[in-house]
Amino acid sequence: MNASVPLTRKDFQTDQEVRWCPGCGDYAILAAVQSVFPELGVPREKFAVISGIGCSSRFPYYMNTFGFHTIHGRAPAVATGLKLARPELEVWVATGDGDSLSIGGNHTIHMLRRNVGLKVLLFNNKIYGLTKGQYSPTSEIGKKAKSTPFGSVDRPFSPLALALGAGATFIARSVDVFQPHLKSTLKRVASHKGTAFTEILQNCNIFNDGAWDAIAEKDVRDDHVLFLEHGKPLVFGKAKDKGIRQNGFDIEVVTLGQGASEADLLVHNEQHPSLAYAFMLASMDSRPGFPTPVGVLRAVDMPAYEDLVNSQVQQVVGAKGKGDLGKLLRGPETWEIK
Amino acid sequence: MSTAIAPPPAEDRTRRKRLQNAVIRFCGDSGDGMQVTGSQFTNTAALFGNDLSTFPDFPAEIRAPQGTLPGVSGFQVNFSSTEVFTPGDSVDVLIAMNPAALKTNIGDLKTGGILIVNSDSFTDVDFKKAKITSNPLEDGSLSGYRVFPVDLLKLTKAATKDTGLDAKSVDRSKNFFALGMCYWLFGRSMDGTLRWIDSKFKGQVAEANKLTLKAGYAYCDATEAYQTAAYEVAPAKLPAGTYRNLSGNNALAMGLVAASERCGLPLFLGSYPITPASDILHELSMYKSFGVVSFQAEDEIAAVTSAIGAAYGGCLATTTTSGPGMALKMEAIGLAIAVELPLVVVDIQRGGPSTGLPTKTEQADLFQAIFGRNSEAPLPVLAPATPGDCFWVALEASRIALKYMTPVIILSDGYLANGAEPWRVPSVDELPAFPTKFRTDPEGFKPFMRDPATLARPWAVPGTPGLEHRIGGIEKQDVTGNINYEPANHDKMVRLRAAKVAGVVQDVPDVVPAGDPEGDVVIVGWGSTYGSITSALAPLRAKGHKVGHIHLRHLNPLPKNLGEVMKRYKKVLVPEINLGQLAFILRSIYLVDAISYAKVEGKPFKQSEIETKVLEVIK
Ligand SMILES: Cc1ncc(C[n+]2csc(CCOP(=O)(O)OP(=O)(O)O)c2C)c(N)n1
Ligand code: SF4
Ligand SMILES: [Mg+2]
Repeated sequence: MNASVPLTRKDFQTDQEVRWCPGCGDYAILAAVQSVFPELGVPREKFAVISGIGCSSRFPYYMNTFGFHTIHGRAPAVATGLKLARPELEVWVATGDGDSLSIGGNHTIHMLRRNVGLKVLLFNNKIYGLTKGQYSPTSEIGKKAKSTPFGSVDRPFSPLALALGAGATFIARSVDVFQPHLKSTLKRVASHKGTAFTEILQNCNIFNDGAWDAIAEKDVRDDHVLFLEHGKPLVFGKAKDKGIRQNGFDIEVVTLGQGASEADLLVHNEQHPSLAYAFMLASMDSRPGFPTPVGVLRAVDMPAYEDLVNSQVQQVVGAKGKGDLGKLLRGPETWEIK
Repeated sequence: MSTAIAPPPAEDRTRRKRLQNAVIRFCGDSGDGMQVTGSQFTNTAALFGNDLSTFPDFPAEIRAPQGTLPGVSGFQVNFSSTEVFTPGDSVDVLIAMNPAALKTNIGDLKTGGILIVNSDSFTDVDFKKAKITSNPLEDGSLSGYRVFPVDLLKLTKAATKDTGLDAKSVDRSKNFFALGMCYWLFGRSMDGTLRWIDSKFKGQVAEANKLTLKAGYAYCDATEAYQTAAYEVAPAKLPAGTYRNLSGNNALAMGLVAASERCGLPLFLGSYPITPASDILHELSMYKSFGVVSFQAEDEIAAVTSAIGAAYGGCLATTTTSGPGMALKMEAIGLAIAVELPLVVVDIQRGGPSTGLPTKTEQADLFQAIFGRNSEAPLPVLAPATPGDCFWVALEASRIALKYMTPVIILSDGYLANGAEPWRVPSVDELPAFPTKFRTDPEGFKPFMRDPATLARPWAVPGTPGLEHRIGGIEKQDVTGNINYEPANHDKMVRLRAAKVAGVVQDVPDVVPAGDPEGDVVIVGWGSTYGSITSALAPLRAKGHKVGHIHLRHLNPLPKNLGEVMKRYKKVLVPEINLGQLAFILRSIYLVDAISYAKVEGKPFKQSEIETKVLEVIK
C-alpha cells in the first residue's frame, strides 16, 4: 500500500460474502466504520479488529484489516494481549451484548479497570442473535424470547453504567441508523487513549425487531433522544423545548418557557469531576419520562495500561541495564567442579 | 549444659564418620520456618559440592492452627558424594519441632536414625493438639532411634538475650539453632547462611538469627553426646563445570527467558496465580530487564487468551497454571490449534480432581493435556524429568511451538516445581538458537498456505503492509483461510492439523533405554518419576535381572521407535502417579500389554516401591 495515496472506504471492504440477515443493523455499523477508518490517517496494516462470537462478532471478516474472530466473550482479553505486545497498533474490538456482558463480563470489566487502549464497539441488540433469539443481559424485564416463553424475570444491565462502575475513562452511545452521529462518535472513539467503550444500539430485525424503535424511528426520536455536546445545555425534544435540570440530589425534565430557561439546565461536561453526573447520564434511559442520551457521555484522560506496562519494562531496563542471559543462568551462587 | 556462645572452631577437630549420602528432614509447624531451614541446608550442601535432591512438602493452608497435625510442614534433602536421583526413601536425621511433626514423620526415620526433638514443645498442650495421649519421649515408643531432646526455645532465648529482641521474634529464630546443630553434625560451614541472613534480615533480627545459628553449632560442639553423631559426606564427582542449585519452577521460568533470547522474540506471560505454578509468574515478573511482559490476568481464560493475542502480535507467548486452570484454558487452547498460533502452555500438575491436594504432586493431567479439548484438537505434549530438565524442556517446547505454529503443553508437577538439584550451568552459546522469521512478502501470501516440511502456516503479524487477513475459530478453507463449511474441506483440515502435530515426530529423538537394551522388563516412565526409576535400576540389575528404562520426554507425538523397543522386553511396566494414563495410551497405540503401576498419594514413588514392583512383575 502506498502511504501517500489516501485510503478510501473501498480499501476497508473485503471480498467475503457478508452473512448477516438482510436488514440487520450490523450492516449500517460496518458501513460507518468502513467510512471512518480511511479518515483516521492510519495505514491500513496498523488496524487489528478483534471479536468474540455472535452475529456482531463476524465483523472482522468484513473489514480488510488484520482481523481475529476469537471465542465467545474473550475478545477483550485477546485484544489486551495484542495491545500489550504491539502498542503501536490500533486495536478495535467488536462484540455483542451477550458476548461482552454475559460470558465475557469479567474480561470487559477488567479491560475497563485497566484502561487498555482498545476501541470497543458493543453491538447492543438486546438479544442473542446468533443462537437464534434467547434473551440477553440487556433484555428488558418481561422479555418473551425462546428461553423465556413466560417473560424474563431478571433485571438488565445498563452497559454504560456498568462500564462506569468498572472505571471506564470513555463511554459513548450511538445508534445504527444515526449514520452521521455514529461516524462522529467513532472518530471520538478513535482518538481516545485508554479503553473507549461504545454502546451502539442495533436492530436485530429477525429476533428482536423494533427493540429500539422509540429511539431510532425518525418521527419520535427527537422526543426520546438527548444529543450530548460538550459544553452545551442538556436540551432535547422536536422543538428543542425540553431540558434536564438539577433538582436537589436528583434531576428532572423541564419544559423551556414554562418556569424554566436554558440557563437553569445542566450543561454537559464530558470531564465532570463527579462520577455521579456520568452515572446520571448513563442510567437516564431506564427512567420513565427521561430521554436516552447519545454521544460521548464521559471522556477523561488517564494513562493507558499498555503505556504503564511498557514504561515499567523500560524503567527496569534503564535502571538495571539489558538483561544478561549468562548472568541469569548462573543465578545468585555457583560452585565449580573440576 | 553450656549456653555460652563461642565462634565455631577454626578447624574441625571432631572425628567424623564418613557416609556415602545422608537424608535429613526438617519438620515442624508451618510457622517454624522449615522451608527456609531446609533450603539453607540445601544451598550449603550444594556449595560444598554434594549432589542432592530435595522434597519440600507443605500444607495447603498458609497457617493451619499452630501445633496441629494439618499444620506440619517438612523439607527433606538427600545429599551425597555420588549421583542421586531422589530425595531418599527414608530419613537418616529427623528434626522435629513439635509432637505433631514427630507423629507425622517418625515413620520415615530409619531404625537407629538420629532424632532431634524440640523438647520445649513437648508439653500436655502440644500433645493434645497433636492428638497423642502419652509423651513419646518417655513412653518408650522412640527406643529404636538415637534421640536427642533439645530445649530449642530456652537455648535460643539464652543465645539472644543481649539483643533485646521480643519473645515472639526469639521464638521465630529457633529454627536457626536447629540448623546450626545440623551444620555441626555434618561439619558444614555456616558462612553461606550467615551471608544470607545479612541479606534477608536487618538489625536485631539479623543479629539474633546469626547468634542463634552459631549457638546451635557451638552447642553440639560442646556437648559430649553429639560426638558420636558427627558425620561427613564428601563432595560428589559430578561432570566438570559451573554448578548452581535450581528448582523446577525457576528452571522453567529461566528456560522461557532463554527461549525468548534464542528465538529473538519478546516473551509474553499471561497467568493467574495457582499453586504450585505461581512461582513461575513471580519469577518471570522479575525479569523485566529481559523485556518480559508478565500479565496477571483476571482468570485463567484471560491468561491464555491474552497470550494468544500476544502470539498473534508476534511474541513468544506462554501461560502457566495447574490442573484446575488448565480445565479453564481448554477452549482457548482449541482456538490456538484452530488458528495455528504458537503458544507454550505450562501445567504444573497437582493432586485433584477439583481443588484436590493443591500442594501435593500428581501426574493425572496427561489425559487432560492430550485429549482434553472439544473435537479433534491434537497438540504436542512434553514432560521434564528433573527440576533442572524443566529448563531444557521449556526451550524445546518453545522451539516446537514456533517451528510448527502450534500450542505445546508442558506437563511438570508439584514435585519437580519445588524440588531442587545441582544444575550444571550451560554457557549461552551451548543453548540452541532458533531465530524466528515472520512472513513479510505479500506476493502469493495466503494465511493458511503451508510449509511442506512442517505443515506450518506462515506467521503474518499485524502491522505488516499488504498482509491484512482474517483468522478465527470457524472452520476455514485450506490455503485461503476463508470461512468454509464444506464437508470435504473440514475432513481435510482435521487431517491436516493432525498430520502437522504427528509430523513433530521428525524432531523427536528415538528412545535409547537405560540399563539393559532387552530382557525381562522395561520400565516406561514420564515426568517426575525419573529419579525413583533411575535409582531402582542399578540394584535390580545387580541382582541379575535384565531391566531397561525408557523415560518419555515427548508424550505426543511419541518417539518413532518406541513400539519396537518395548517389544524387546518380556514385560512393560508403567509406574505413574495416576491410575494408569500412559499405560492406557501405550496399550491403545501399540497393542502392548503395558502393566500399570499406579499410586496416587500426592508424593513421589520410593525407589524401593519400584524395585518391589519390578520383582513382582518378573516372577
Ligand atoms: C463457549 C460458548 N458458549 C456458547 C456459545 C453459543 N453462542 C454463540 S453467540 C452467542 C450469543 C451471542 O449474543 P450476542 O453476544 O448478543 O451477539 P449477537 O449475535 O446478538 O450479535 C452464544 C450463546 C458459543 N459460541 N461458545
Ligand atoms: S439474527 Fe439478528 S443480529 Fe443476527 S444477523 Fe440476523 S438480524 Fe442481525
Ligand atoms: Mg446481541
